[in-house]
Amino acid sequence: MAEEIKAHITGVVFQITTKPGDRVAAGDAVIVLESMKMEIPVEAPRAGAVKEIRVQEGQTVQEGDVVAVLE
Amino acid sequence: MIQTVLVANRGEIARRIFRACRELGLRTIAVYSEADRGAPHVRDADEAVAIGGAPARESYLNAERILAAARQARADAIHPGYGFLSESWRFADTVRQAGFVFVGPTPDAIRKMGDKIEARRLMTAAGVPVLPGSFEPVADVAGAEAAARTVGFPIMLKAAAGGGGIGMARVAKAGDLAGAFATAARRAQAAFGTGELYVERYLERPRHVEVQVFGDGSGTVVHLHERECSIQRRHQKLVEESPAPSLPPSVKSGLTAAAVAGARAIGYTNAGTMEFLVDEAGGFYFLEMNARLQVEHPVTEEVTGLDLVVAQLRVAGGEPLPWRQDEIRQHRAAIECRVYAEDPSKGFLPSPGTVTKLDLPSGEGIRIESGVEMGSTVSVHYDPLLLKLVTHGATREQALTRMAGALDRCVIEGPKTTIPFLRRIIASDEFGSGRVHTQLLEQGAFNG
Repeated sequence: MAEEIKAHITGVVFQITTKPGDRVAAGDAVIVLESMKMEIPVEAPRAGAVKEIRVQEGQTVQEGDVVAVLE
Repeated sequence: MIQTVLVANRGEIARRIFRACRELGLRTIAVYSEADRGAPHVRDADEAVAIGGAPARESYLNAERILAAARQARADAIHPGYGFLSESWRFADTVRQAGFVFVGPTPDAIRKMGDKIEARRLMTAAGVPVLPGSFEPVADVAGAEAAARTVGFPIMLKAAAGGGGIGMARVAKAGDLAGAFATAARRAQAAFGTGELYVERYLERPRHVEVQVFGDGSGTVVHLHERECSIQRRHQKLVEESPAPSLPPSVKSGLTAAAVAGARAIGYTNAGTMEFLVDEAGGFYFLEMNARLQVEHPVTEEVTGLDLVVAQLRVAGGEPLPWRQDEIRQHRAAIECRVYAEDPSKGFLPSPGTVTKLDLPSGEGIRIESGVEMGSTVSVHYDPLLLKLVTHGATREQALTRMAGALDRCVIEGPKTTIPFLRRIIASDEFGSGRVHTQLLEQGAFNG
């Protein structure tokens, strides 16, 4: 089942560390946000394949925004 | 003679510097990013110049924009504050080459202290003790392992161009070195433009004690005593105080003498801070020098009764140091708590947002340095420091009692803040007894 991954804080997308099709383990960083001079990874809640990345580097995201989708 | 000062910074420190300028009758120029259009520091200045977009590299880190603003507003001096361009020797050099006074040390001193390995070499030559470790960058994992074997695990891997705890990692054993090396090098590269690392011995339960120094153009260097800054998260300070509680007099005099000798050895001018780690046996080791005004400078001001920023402006303008060493005394005790827009219940995650309620304490012995007001938007683009709460007293006990009361009366709604956590620190037995070290917070001492 597809599962949305949401940003747990407000920040700017610093780095996209995965791409659609990549296998990730639970706890792997899917993207990295930057907020207030800190790098904060947004982690996969479970193992699976990345289906979709919904953000771009440099984009501002709000807490609760969907940043990626797991297969 | 300085007449107009541009402050290349924002938030509480810009406001603090403007206050010192007004004290001296100087005209003040603020710069601001798009995100800071309505910020308090913009209104505090006589004139304000927009310098670009919200991301710091488009504004507060953009030297060309800042210089253009200084020309436009006919400033004759630039104060960098802390953070941003304050420790860029290239910026200091550019400012001077363009004909402005840089309110801070010389580009040469900034460069020497900015290269943390060079600083270790220079301090060793000046007789200042440093931690066992490498005096050259370690080229790769094998180089780091060789250096680590001579000092013994655990070690600290640090960025040669480092500061602020970035690109810094504790490594417990040889097997962890490869992973830690890659992460630290990547972080250092991203933050400083160079991934060079070095190795230092890791101390268990050290105290972080620093010495405020001040030099003028004639070669005189004095110290303004010590600050205890052991309460840290992510290697960044949360609470500072002076005098350092239960610091043996022999250690204290050793620290201040080493700090002055180290600063003198590099011909240091203006305000700076020599940071040391003090181990359980009272041994002390040079950590780094912050070649700028420090966030926690108000602690020293409250203890000594002296104005560091006024002195910075006077000395930058060519005047001699306004005080002799024997006139600089610790008359009182003072404590500073840093109120950050961070959620302590979620591992100090950033908590940007709009300040919807702001009730700040006032009264005898309370000083507040705030960058925000009711309705301020706390942006994702900058450091999360909202304000500093400083209390002083005739004794440490009085300063502590005042801090506990001030924190109780401090109400901020909107962003989550460190206030609840600061209350627990101030009320704790560990802090009350003054038996502190830099690992207390990570060990969960204040999780209540």
